[in-house]
Amino acid sequence: MNRARWLVTAVPLAWLGVFFLLPFLVVVAMSLAPPAPPGHSPLPAPGELLRSWAANGLDWRHYGALFSDSLYASAYLNSLLFAGVSTLACLVLGYPLAYGIARAKPAARAVLLLLVVLPFWTSSLLRNYALIGILKGNGLLNQVLLATGIVDRPAEILHTDLAVYIGIVYGYLPFMVLPLAATLMRLDFTLLEAAADLGARPFDAFWRVTWPLSRPGVIAGSLLVFVPAVGEFVVPDLLGGPRALTIGRVIWTEFFSNRDWARAAAVAVGVLVLVALPLLWFERRGERGDAAT
Amino acid sequence: MKRDGYAIGLRAAMAVGYAFLYVPLVCVVVYSFNASRLVTVWGGFSTKWYGALFANGPILEAARRSFAIAAMAATGAVLIGTLAALALSRKPPPRGQGALSLLVAAPLVMPEVILGLSALLLFVGMQQAVGWPAGRGMATIAIAHVTFCSCYATVVVRARLAQLDPALGEAAMDLGARPLAVFFRITLPLIAPALVAGWLLSFTLSLDDLVVASFTSGPGSSTLPMLIYSKVKLGVTPEMNALATIVIGVVAVFVAIAAWMLRQREPVAHDSVARNVRPGAGSK
Repeated sequence: MNRARWLVTAVPLAWLGVFFLLPFLVVVAMSLAPPAPPGHSPLPAPGELLRSWAANGLDWRHYGALFSDSLYASAYLNSLLFAGVSTLACLVLGYPLAYGIARAKPAARAVLLLLVVLPFWTSSLLRNYALIGILKGNGLLNQVLLATGIVDRPAEILHTDLAVYIGIVYGYLPFMVLPLAATLMRLDFTLLEAAADLGARPFDAFWRVTWPLSRPGVIAGSLLVFVPAVGEFVVPDLLGGPRALTIGRVIWTEFFSNRDWARAAAVAVGVLVLVALPLLWFERRGERGDAAT
Repeated sequence: MKRDGYAIGLRAAMAVGYAFLYVPLVCVVVYSFNASRLVTVWGGFSTKWYGALFANGPILEAARRSFAIAAMAATGAVLIGTLAALALSRKPPPRGQGALSLLVAAPLVMPEVILGLSALLLFVGMQQAVGWPAGRGMATIAIAHVTFCSCYATVVVRARLAQLDPALGEAAMDLGARPLAVFFRITLPLIAPALVAGWLLSFTLSLDDLVVASFTSGPGSSTLPMLIYSKVKLGVTPEMNALATIVIGVVAVFVAIAAWMLRQREPVAHDSVARNVRPGAGSK
């Protein structure tokens, strides 16, 4: 019996240890490995690696490149910028949606929620494909803009940064709306009536009652959008132009096109230290805060 | 008067939001029946792109492969995720609980490109060190998928476990049930809906994954997303409209069934939907 209890923790711990934690040690080792001699596997054997490190020390040249080549710094900044602006746009677009859902009658509410979730369950690649059809030079958006006289020749939207923002917001809007709606549904709307009775204008009531009470939902939704958006590969690759470089695209290119495994590993370690670990710390702090209340 | 203005504004904002979500999907469905190859010109009604899709051997084979991987990954992820959720909600905390909670949370914030790269380096290193796995293919993709999907499954199952009344298990123990019997006869039936939700979520995440699969696949084991990606990279192809329409149709049917089932058990329903769907967050 004791053994069965122990297995409940040990099995998932072992699986994640071998297939999630161990790979990171390999990535770190790879990023510090000396160049492989021609004809050898790009991934050195552990013994060989230790001997080389003992003889020549760690090989920091890939980390040097991260600092000396501005390509990497701009990729990190681009990723944060794309994710940050898209998160704000999701909030602006998603808040009214979530608010409307929370104030709807229960039957309508369930349907409205499912309509928000439905696109998420379809393929993200195919949804990006659908966006390409709309955003391209002779696509639906340009036809509407031309017909209404807003532009007099097709605007260039696909393969610009604007297309990346549209793509990320389109893909992640449900992640903003769901936690927001869940928070707003628990909100006691008689508080707003009380505020109105006491003379608050609707905007004041919103700003001083609804908004502060919905903050947990805002934070949860923003994290759910921002975190995956930072590492996003598909949207900038399919909708963005060649200069819409993000960390996801840089690692992909270093690995698949340049076949430079060690450089890809060094970029990955950089992402880990600069982005993933702070986010993990922030999320866990939030979780502990939830548990405390 | 003023209040009506706000109500109309809210409705308009909601209409914009839903239009944004659905106009691209509607366009794809409409153009999948377009006889013309040009997406901008309406050449009359036709189902020929569906014919072309079902005559496309590589696509069908990749679809079969992706479904098989997704089924394996979802099953493995629910097994591991359920164990992890049980370990994490146990009181007093068992040894290793802290490490496990960190390991379960970390993949959720990790960019998928890094998950893919690190899994590949591990498989290559293992092959060089112990000779397994010999080459890469469906098995390595499935293992990598189990790893990140299990973290999502954990979140879903854990949310359900947190709602359970601990008195139920204690009552069973007082009546003489052994811990294993309590698990199989009390806990498991009660968390079964979460297991189904976790399985479906993992299945969808696996079926949708391009990045991790691209890193961990080998020659001749392209998945459906890998095939779609290379086709979309080359330009807009009408068969993709047909494929997207089929996917949208299948998902719509499932969502309609889910909506109908939720109607059957009202009051708890929306709240648990919101809670169960919420963790569907991280990777994509």
